[in-house]
Amino acid sequence: MEYFVQQLVNGLTLGSIYGMIAIGYTMVYGIIGMINFAHGDIFMLGGFAALIVFLALTSLFAGIPVVLALLIMMIVAMIMASLWNWTIERVAYRPLRGSFRLAPLITAIGMSIALSNFIQVTQGPRNKPIPPLVSSVYNIAGISISLKQIIIILITAILLSVFWYIVHRTPLGRAQRATEQDRKMAALLGIDVDRTISVTFIMGAALAAVAGTMYLMYYGVVVFTDGFIPGVKAFTAAVLGGIGSLPGAVLGGLLIGLIESLWSAYFTIDYKDVATFSILAIVLIFKPSGILGRPEVEKV
Amino acid sequence: MATVSANPARAEASSTARALREAVFAGIIAFGLFVLYVGLKTDQNISNELILVQRWGLLAIFVGVAMVARFIGVLYVQPFLKRRRTAKSEASDLELQPSYFRRNFSTIAIIALVLYPPLMVALFGTQGSLKWVDNFGIQILIYVMLAWGLNIVVGLAGLLDLGYVAFYAVGAYSYALLSTHLGLSFWVLLPLSGLLAAVWGMVLGFPVLRLRGDYLAIVTLAFGEIIRLVLINWTDVTQGTFGVSGVAKASIFGIYSFDVGAANNFAKVWGLPMSAAYYKIFLFYVILALALLTAFVTIRLRRMPVGRAWEALREDEIACRSLGINTVTTKLTAFATGAMFGGFAGSFFAARQGFVSPESFVFLESAVILAIVVLGGMGSLVGIAVAAVLMIGGTEILRELTFLKAVFGPDFTPELYRMLIFGLAMVVVMVLKPRGFVGSREPSAFLHERKSVSSSFTKEGHG
Repeated sequence: MEYFVQQLVNGLTLGSIYGMIAIGYTMVYGIIGMINFAHGDIFMLGGFAALIVFLALTSLFAGIPVVLALLIMMIVAMIMASLWNWTIERVAYRPLRGSFRLAPLITAIGMSIALSNFIQVTQGPRNKPIPPLVSSVYNIAGISISLKQIIIILITAILLSVFWYIVHRTPLGRAQRATEQDRKMAALLGIDVDRTISVTFIMGAALAAVAGTMYLMYYGVVVFTDGFIPGVKAFTAAVLGGIGSLPGAVLGGLLIGLIESLWSAYFTIDYKDVATFSILAIVLIFKPSGILGRPEVEKV
Repeated sequence: MATVSANPARAEASSTARALREAVFAGIIAFGLFVLYVGLKTDQNISNELILVQRWGLLAIFVGVAMVARFIGVLYVQPFLKRRRTAKSEASDLELQPSYFRRNFSTIAIIALVLYPPLMVALFGTQGSLKWVDNFGIQILIYVMLAWGLNIVVGLAGLLDLGYVAFYAVGAYSYALLSTHLGLSFWVLLPLSGLLAAVWGMVLGFPVLRLRGDYLAIVTLAFGEIIRLVLINWTDVTQGTFGVSGVAKASIFGIYSFDVGAANNFAKVWGLPMSAAYYKIFLFYVILALALLTAFVTIRLRRMPVGRAWEALREDEIACRSLGINTVTTKLTAFATGAMFGGFAGSFFAARQGFVSPESFVFLESAVILAIVVLGGMGSLVGIAVAAVLMIGGTEILRELTFLKAVFGPDFTPELYRMLIFGLAMVVVMVLKPRGFVGSREPSAFLHERKSVSSSFTKEGHG
């Protein structure tokens, strides 16, 4: 039983990271109906930004408090990832809006290849390990919960509530929802559609960067290929939760994280990715609208 | 606005000022983008700790290039593109008679390809031709064949498949495993691995019949990854990441062999000096024949009811179903036919490499093949071949650019930049020519006369 709860905690931590990435997928897919294939690599860029800031901080101010360092890492990573995603949207996706549907998918795949290879070229192909940032572990009723797990789960909860508030209670969120429902009508009603879409990309990237920072803190290592597998898993999470739905993305992320850690704990670790991909296929085939999504009505 | 355009000198000045403003803006953005990733490099020191290396000069070059590019772009390229667009829209729609070269492009290309290996031998000698026949000829033709195979699924039937490499893997592993365990020859296993891949195409196609568009793409991606992960983890059969090595070479229908020790070795029988080049030249003709077979089958199938059904499915699935076309068999035949050619290419790949491992069947390969299909202008065989030559040949040429070492110093390795440039090229080509290199299509069915239509009038399908 303790082992099971332990795995549950590990799964929730992993799932929180997936959930944060998944929000970016789900928001972008909801608003312009494209799979932003490069989103996983934005997550990786965020992780690298956090890594570089961490190294710069430790070499400049040796005795900096960990909380402050983490905060600065997170903020810089958010800014960097947002800038990248904003630029990519401007350069690679916006000129193709209104073109045929495959075009932005192809540029997104191209961007994904370019981004991971850009990091490989500029930062080198090796694993980038850092010493553990937060190492306290608490023992509660036989279950060991580390401080970093608590941080990750807390930050996810806070960010999800902030994002939920933005999307449902602010004029910006209203504009986003209007653009999502009917872009042309929204433009006619005076919403700056291009700006709304840009903001959506920036918001998604900021969350992915937080996830990247958390990933770096949790595993203590980042490498240029890190964008692909977490990216696909986060997309799976977004689809599982119902694409276009924010709580759905986090719910999907948590489920994927739980499945992955429970599968590794009770079955074989080799096939954990097979399990995730199989779930993706099964969900899409039998319930394409996901758990919390609205079913799509086929129009003739 | 009117006053500005009335005075050309002032208009000139204002556009220069605008270009300058844009350039400064681009410089700021570029600085922001690259400051961490280019300006600082994480490196391991002797005690294996990460340290930062500062590269502000390189960052300055990046920012400078961005500013200059933006300045030239705003001042010269944008007005030029605008002028060309207006000139194009004002030009009459009268079709110009295409030149002799364009009309007979495929014949000329096939003749050139048949003559390619002897020409290379004549130019670079037997041993020197190896690189040109193998790295450029065979490598490009494999991708041409794969892209033509995928074109049946994506370009004709409009089913977006991101896991095509799975069938390539099935073909490669069928040949590698069956030839090492059962000792069957290439010419027996080639059709067999195509058949196996086609069966897998049906097996994986069956569950995704109801899916459309992006969801179909993601599920096929998942299937491709599942097959790769199974290949990695099922070590008893596939030997995991070590791969299957010592895969038998193909022979000229059993008459001549290319094994060094064999009595009927091609070079020995003909009294030629030993060289790996003969095998490569032979393989070149095999893959050329296979690729042409793919093209031939595609062209013939488009004229047949099943090909018509594919294209109808691509244009409108609902209309297709209401006209009584069985969409289940239509989709499954498309998946199976496309997969079969992937399987052929896979078994050829295994015979060429003599070694297969899951490393060769990553998602990136699927993406590259799909990119070639889309950049070539989906459905156009010539366009796809041109795209394959440009994208694969272009990145192969990067390996050859050793003179760049003289420019950028001895540490410069052009291979590292291959995929970076490939990814950027995908973006640039797509943004400039969203309809691919060949922007028009011959209609399959027509009333009265055959007229070329712009492919912007054809849909890519949502099936």
